[in-house]
Amino acid sequence: MRGITKRYPGVVANDAVDFTVESASIHGLLGENGAGKSTLMKVLFGLTAPSAGTVEIAGRPVVVDSARDALDLGIGMVQQHFSLIGDFTVAENLVLGSEPLQRGGLLDLDRAAADIAALSDRYGFRIDPRSRVGDLAVGARQRVEILKALYRGAEVLILDEPTAALAPTEVAELVGLLRRLRAQGRTVVFISHKLSEVIDLCDRVTVLRGGRVEGHREIGPAERDDPERHDALAAELARMMVGHELPDPPERVDGPERGGVPVLRLSAAGDGRRLGPIDLEVQAGEIVGVAGVEGNGQTELVEMVVGVRRCRAGSVHLGGTDVTRWSVRRRLNTGVAHIAEDRHGAAVADGLDLAHNATLGFQGRPPFSRRGLWLSLVQMRRLARGVVNRFGVQAVAVTDPLRSLSGGNQQKLVVGRELSRGPELFVAAQPTRGLDVAAAAFVHSELAALRRRGAGVLLVSLELTEILALADRIVVMSGGRIAGETSPSEVDVTTLGRWMTGGGAVGEPEAAAAGAAGAAT
Amino acid sequence: MTDTGNPPGADNVRPATGSEPQPAAESRPAAESHRSMTAELQRTLDSAGSAVARAAATDLAQGVGRAALIFVATVLAALVLAAPLIIAAGSDPITAYGALYDGSLAGQRPFAETLVSMTPLLFGGLAVAIAFHSGLFNIGVEGQLVAGGIAAGVVGIHMSTWAPVHVLLSLLAGAAAGALWALVPAALKAWRGVHEVITTIMMNFVAFSVSQFLVKPGGALEGEIPTGTEPVQSTAELPRIWDPTRLHLGIVVALIVAAACWYFIYRTPGGYRFRLVGANPVAARFNGISSNRVIVEAMLLSGALGGLTGAVEVLGTHRRFLDSFSPGYGFDSIAVALLGALHPVGVAAASFFFGLLRAGSTQLQLEADITRDMITVISGLVVACVAARLLLSRRAARLGRGQGRGAGLEVGTRLGQGD
Repeated sequence: MRGITKRYPGVVANDAVDFTVESASIHGLLGENGAGKSTLMKVLFGLTAPSAGTVEIAGRPVVVDSARDALDLGIGMVQQHFSLIGDFTVAENLVLGSEPLQRGGLLDLDRAAADIAALSDRYGFRIDPRSRVGDLAVGARQRVEILKALYRGAEVLILDEPTAALAPTEVAELVGLLRRLRAQGRTVVFISHKLSEVIDLCDRVTVLRGGRVEGHREIGPAERDDPERHDALAAELARMMVGHELPDPPERVDGPERGGVPVLRLSAAGDGRRLGPIDLEVQAGEIVGVAGVEGNGQTELVEMVVGVRRCRAGSVHLGGTDVTRWSVRRRLNTGVAHIAEDRHGAAVADGLDLAHNATLGFQGRPPFSRRGLWLSLVQMRRLARGVVNRFGVQAVAVTDPLRSLSGGNQQKLVVGRELSRGPELFVAAQPTRGLDVAAAAFVHSELAALRRRGAGVLLVSLELTEILALADRIVVMSGGRIAGETSPSEVDVTTLGRWMTGGGAVGEPEAAAAGAAGAAT
Repeated sequence: MTDTGNPPGADNVRPATGSEPQPAAESRPAAESHRSMTAELQRTLDSAGSAVARAAATDLAQGVGRAALIFVATVLAALVLAAPLIIAAGSDPITAYGALYDGSLAGQRPFAETLVSMTPLLFGGLAVAIAFHSGLFNIGVEGQLVAGGIAAGVVGIHMSTWAPVHVLLSLLAGAAAGALWALVPAALKAWRGVHEVITTIMMNFVAFSVSQFLVKPGGALEGEIPTGTEPVQSTAELPRIWDPTRLHLGIVVALIVAAACWYFIYRTPGGYRFRLVGANPVAARFNGISSNRVIVEAMLLSGALGGLTGAVEVLGTHRRFLDSFSPGYGFDSIAVALLGALHPVGVAAASFFFGLLRAGSTQLQLEADITRDMITVISGLVVACVAARLLLSRRAARLGRGQGRGAGLEVGTRLGQGD
């Protein structure tokens, strides 16, 4: 790709970007949110037309006008949000749009399934073409997406932040898969902002910043194997991405502030199905990290604390008061704030404007509402503008719809809104999922600041590094229960791994959940 | 932004107590409004600076201009698309639209007739729009207006009291009956997840049958004319306001209710909850808004407006309850709400346009010699144009992602943004 420029009104998303990928290699594309990675790949995949510049394949200039053109040229893309139909089987999903026909015009699914099984075996996908997509775990669905691109004849695969939603074990599986693809001559473009993944996986990396190419780097085995050079390279790439040195991880403040006051206490709490019984305490001034493989009850735990999921056994206490039967609203009013793990699903309404989203959860209280009869748009806009200014959200007008913000800025808005509740208990579920380095550092420092002022934080994360960096205590969830507890200073990765996978349920959340349901009843 | 992300002064967020654990913390109960809430909220509000409210006026002007443009373009597109069909029906568009104009706008009587038809359409359009804002599709306005009409008729016939009170009570009875008719779909949706489209349609048929049963010869409400009740007492009539036409006070009531709906949707916490549940019910739940409660409230309010539709027709236009008095106002209301982009002002404009079509239809038949069903065709084309517009803007949003002003996936959220 040469001299690719893409202008949107008011924004230059790509500015004369040159980007070359060699065949049979894995090429990393690094950059912060809004650096222009996705735009560049959309140009390559024909989803948007460049304002200037050309795309060449094997030295010949080509015109990519649509995704179909791209597929014909052997370019496949796996988007962050999957485009699979849950009620269809893997085979049915894959043939969609190019259905193989028997004589007489009937759909030949058997042949397709056989083709897919062969393809799957060749690269070690571990996918049964006859399983229903809706039954598969996230990691498996992503493999189906990759398989789909290959089935359509893709030689070059573009993966847009493929690890954002994956558990550590699933990431390892994906890495293995991509290496096998490379060994068989396929080319992979790996978009990410996770430095260590890029270093471990890619042969070469291009860093974008502010729509321009900041630099290229070859990555050799030395960088992968030697921890010191690994870290040095990571620091260098981070500098290229952010444009300056990264802030240090927030300083750990232990001891004096950790009062013995429980802001949250779960006693043998359970939902009667997938969760519990759970005993858990979060004290004022501490961060409790909840680790575990995705689907082992973390989501349910958060829902129960917030009050969306009914607690059918045991009790939930907030600051010494039994709130087991309290509604979400009452709990929020006692000083609970919550970053939802699924931002679009549970934290924002992206069709409404910033002001409405900033007011979410505040709508019934002064100064936004007077006696429930009047809603002050001025105060709502003031709140949104305040969140934007105070927490560095990049936004033009607070009357723009939320979807005009990038994902990182949407998350900052959510974090700012929740911090403005002045929480005593802060429930943060995957607070940095999909965020770039600077935005994640922002969230981390805010969590640390909360601890400093004596709030309790329940941090649920799939990223162990995040938990290790922040938490005062670590609990591991497996099968809807707490499998063990430790502290970052004496953490032992083997033990953690054993707790996380308890009973060999790795990557099989269904099995784990079924086990939990069985255990609970 | 500050790239460390550490807001200045984060260390002493609680100036009063510093970072020390609070002495009273041991016994601190989970009071429902806790101390640091106000402080933190105030800090955020203070960060806003002063230049917040200023942009509102220009925003509003832009929004209104844009909405008006879209409205006119949609209507014109429908009229243009209808032209070939008018030719196929054996007339020509100029004669036909001329006839429509003569029948609806040319002079006092035609204009009054337009307003008479507009009145129920405005109520009904508001009913549909309110439900849409909460993500509900109320197709049951037709049934709700029948229920409201019956109730208003009964109160109008059998009570006797001072005129304004009688009118008011009859209207309220109509609203209550409409709400009652919407209660079944509301409850089934909230507690059993049954889709409201199914249940509201079914409730329509129940209403039609009940109406027939009551006014048939020998029925409980049998009157001196077949398929109708006794006339309501004169104290229950909505007075005529523009002699010698049959325009009645209902249009004024409708406009007042439209203003109230606007206020409710965009300027009260209740309306905020409605719109939030419509935009994202899960996010609403996670933030302490009970979506079930909103579903019931929105459906009842929508049903009450549907009931008023019928009550106003009965008390203002017919002065008695007639079986099948509505020529499909409840169904046209859906088109009205969509053309009006769910905004009460837009709904008022849309109901005027549909009222105009309805009033002009007789003249269309007389002057242009084509069936009055042509106006149904035009209504259908308007809905098609609204749908096409949503589809187009959605595609535009997908192509130019990040340009703001995007289109939503759901009609309800898409249409419900402006104010």
